Amino acid sequence: MKKVVLFAMLIIGLSVVTYGQGYKVGDMATDFKLKNVDGKSVSLSDYKDAKGYIVIFTCNHCPYSIAYEDRINELNRIYEPQGYPVIAINPNDPALSPDDSFEKMIIRAKEKSFTFPYLFDEGQKIFPQYGATRTPHVYLLEKVKEGNRVAYIGAIDNNYEDASAATEKYVVQAIASLQKGNQPEVNFTKAIGCTIKIAKK
Amino acid sequence: MGRLFIVSLLVLLPIIIYSQEQESEKVNVPVLDYNAFEPYLNQKNDTLYIINFWATWCAPCIKELPYFQRIHDEYLNRKVKVLLVSLDFERQLENRVKPFIIKNSLTPQVILLSDPDANKWIDKVDSSWSGAIPATVFYRNDKRLFFEQEFTYEELEEIVKSFTEINQN
Repeated sequence: MKKVVLFAMLIIGLSVVTYGQGYKVGDMATDFKLKNVDGKSVSLSDYKDAKGYIVIFTCNHCPYSIAYEDRINELNRIYEPQGYPVIAINPNDPALSPDDSFEKMIIRAKEKSFTFPYLFDEGQKIFPQYGATRTPHVYLLEKVKEGNRVAYIGAIDNNYEDASAATEKYVVQAIASLQKGNQPEVNFTKAIGCTIKIAKK
Repeated sequence: MGRLFIVSLLVLLPIIIYSQEQESEKVNVPVLDYNAFEPYLNQKNDTLYIINFWATWCAPCIKELPYFQRIHDEYLNRKVKVLLVSLDFERQLENRVKPFIIKNSLTPQVILLSDPDANKWIDKVDSSWSGAIPATVFYRNDKRLFFEQEFTYEELEEIVKSFTEINQN
């Protein structure tokens, strides 16, 4: 009987882990080692002088991701020198979304002159830990003593159609807060996006 | 002969162009912001409303659209109403959304929800929605279900039955 109860508890415990919602603001984010479009591997720990990271799950095919490409380039241009580099990760399974293959990532990164690493989540192991559900999906991390703390989760700004019409620049505002030694006032937003294409197990 | 041809062309051409425009004009897709759309989520009567959020660029959405069409056809006149809410960009209404509707012969009502400040309204549709599509709301009066997932026809029908079978009691 005891064994049955233990087993049941184990199953419940496991399912909680499996169906966890990923990171919440305040959690410590995992590092990773993923292949970049230039063929080299990239980890957060490679950036010794970083104060934080703008981790963005994005991809080639999604119109919302495409609408944000120039803004993502701009974020890296401004914030990489200030210690907050953009790290883009494509979480999609290319078997389900052929436009998001590693080869096509290389082409897109060239076409759009990405100035930031564009990594491939091979085996789809990283995005579920973060809890990303759509593209684009931003996790702003702050480097603290204990690791990389999640400071903001959500959208880049509040207008996917027109950058110049955006009245709330969530990521920019969140970084400004961190730079002043504060936590972001708005630390979680939602946005319409493309579902991440997950391989059937 | 030549003159007759030109004359008939002059007569026919406007008719041809007119009838093509008619086809696109027949497709009525209201463009609404969230406030204008919200009443569709809260209609109080004994109809089951199935509100599917989709877009022409969303592969899993397009895959399941025929199933929503089939529910619409099979439950015609049975107090089940399918509403397809497109999240395409407003500027693509004429060149993408309407042609898509015509090509796929979609007959349920289509609305284009154009409200780029999505963080303001996603929670109002359902607090569990992350914003990824496809997503679908089912409701009749106070019973309400929300799914952020792609459906098979069987799954869809099972949910519809869970509403309609109570109706017969």
